[in-house]
Amino acid sequence: MEVPILKQGQVLIATFQAALSDADLNQLRSALVQQVVRFRSRGVIVDVTAMDVMDSFASRTLREIAHMIRLRGAETVIVGIQPEVAFAMVQLGLTLEGVATALDLEEGLAYLNQKFKTMN
Amino acid sequence: MSRVEIRVTISSDQDIVLARQKGRSLALELGFSSGDATLIATAISELARNIVSYAHSGEIVLKDVQGSNRVGIAVTASDSGPGIPDVGQALRDGFSTSGSLGLGLPGVRRLMDDFEIVSKPGQGTKVGVKKWRP
Amino acid sequence: MAKRDESSELLRELVAHLRQNRTQLREEWVGRISETRLLTAMTKEEIFAEATSVYDSYVEALETETFEALQAYARNLSERIIPRGVETHEVVGIVLLLRDVLARSLFAKYQTDFKKLNRILDAYEPAANRIANTVAVGFVQERERVIRQQQEAIRELSTPVLQVRERLLILPIIGVIDPQRARQLTEQLLRGIRTNRAKVVVIDITGVAAMDVTVANHLVQTVEASRLLGATVIVTGLSPEIAQTLVTIGVDLGKMNTVGDLQGGIEQAERLLGYKVMALAEPS
Repeated sequence: MEVPILKQGQVLIATFQAALSDADLNQLRSALVQQVVRFRSRGVIVDVTAMDVMDSFASRTLREIAHMIRLRGAETVIVGIQPEVAFAMVQLGLTLEGVATALDLEEGLAYLNQKFKTMN
Repeated sequence: MSRVEIRVTISSDQDIVLARQKGRSLALELGFSSGDATLIATAISELARNIVSYAHSGEIVLKDVQGSNRVGIAVTASDSGPGIPDVGQALRDGFSTSGSLGLGLPGVRRLMDDFEIVSKPGQGTKVGVKKWRP
Repeated sequence: MAKRDESSELLRELVAHLRQNRTQLREEWVGRISETRLLTAMTKEEIFAEATSVYDSYVEALETETFEALQAYARNLSERIIPRGVETHEVVGIVLLLRDVLARSLFAKYQTDFKKLNRILDAYEPAANRIANTVAVGFVQERERVIRQQQEAIRELSTPVLQVRERLLILPIIGVIDPQRARQLTEQLLRGIRTNRAKVVVIDITGVAAMDVTVANHLVQTVEASRLLGATVIVTGLSPEIAQTLVTIGVDLGKMNTVGDLQGGIEQAERLLGYKVMALAEPS
């Protein structure tokens, strides 16, 4: 399943869809890191609005994405976690600790822009 | 007396997605709220994931259940994999075999209302969970 | 096969009879309804209008031997009459009355041919019973749905999530919280965060008497889930007892944003949001 990765200035935006298998998530992780390197992006927004279930594998993959992207000097924000999904995640103990989160795309971009200012 | 029974064979990561999608559909059909359907789908995802990770193949069965004054959904995840040596330990929060959240069984138990597990080394594992509609 | 055809043939004859005598039979039915004092919540005109629809749907179900249209009609009817206070026994009652009225008219018509009467009833009874069942079940299901909705609304009303400023929500929790209410609170708060695009939430537990481990866990989960939606949570009004409970369940209070009282919490929230809080100059 192809996930669109859009470039908006220094930020990459990846929109995750529902029904992504483990293989899809792994492929996405590699693709994102590749693109960050290729475009020398400073930030990545992963939009999970469409994901109706976030299980332990998805959660781990998001943490790994954030980690690998930070190794390349860029910042990751996860946006669009649905209220119901957030509730289910914390029941399972998946807190995405150490990964920045924001309500939606707009908030995510605001967060990154703020970060870029302080990073300069 | 069950009116619906859905069986999903679990042997690949795609089956995990299939099982949880069917679980969500059934939950909504049975009148669960969208929030509850998400909890149920998440639990199914974790149970199916355990089958793939530890037993490589198994089955998830979804059924509707009738209680004395309520209806619910029953999910049974069974496999003939290696089994869990210490079930008590697996049910305590924080237990981990493969470095992350391990089997996630305490989490699955929190997501659902009723939880049962039978597992012996060499005899596979069977987890049964239920959620009731208020 | 022949028996099935015969049955359909008889039903057709039956349906024709019911259509022919529609006006008279419907009048008779409406008469029985007021006799037995059912549907007292409705006016005569309303009863007549609904009776017409029910009669026609009834006959159509008999004719087509399908019940989807009837089910849809029953739900639709229930949606309209439940707010009027119509109860289950009334709905079941009027459908059974219609069944009786129609059966009697069949007795009258075929009284000279006992064998034929039996065959007609063989065709009529199962269909009529199924119709009564469909309407009753449809009504009960709709009623249960309404009750659930009302319960949800009551719960929501009793736990208000207040928007005080832009991007700032306050959730004052008062009284006893059981696990069900705690969960409903969390869900409501999370929805509120999304709707109001809140960046900071102040949860005030000054009014909470005691908190057991289960509910303390819910509080922690609420804080964690709020963060996943990009909101920071400030907990205010933590009593020493509740602080102790949280520590017992392994919460690192150092990591949780806590402030003594609600006012202090709101001020901190405003600072987080970038509002400048300025003191008014004292009059000299």
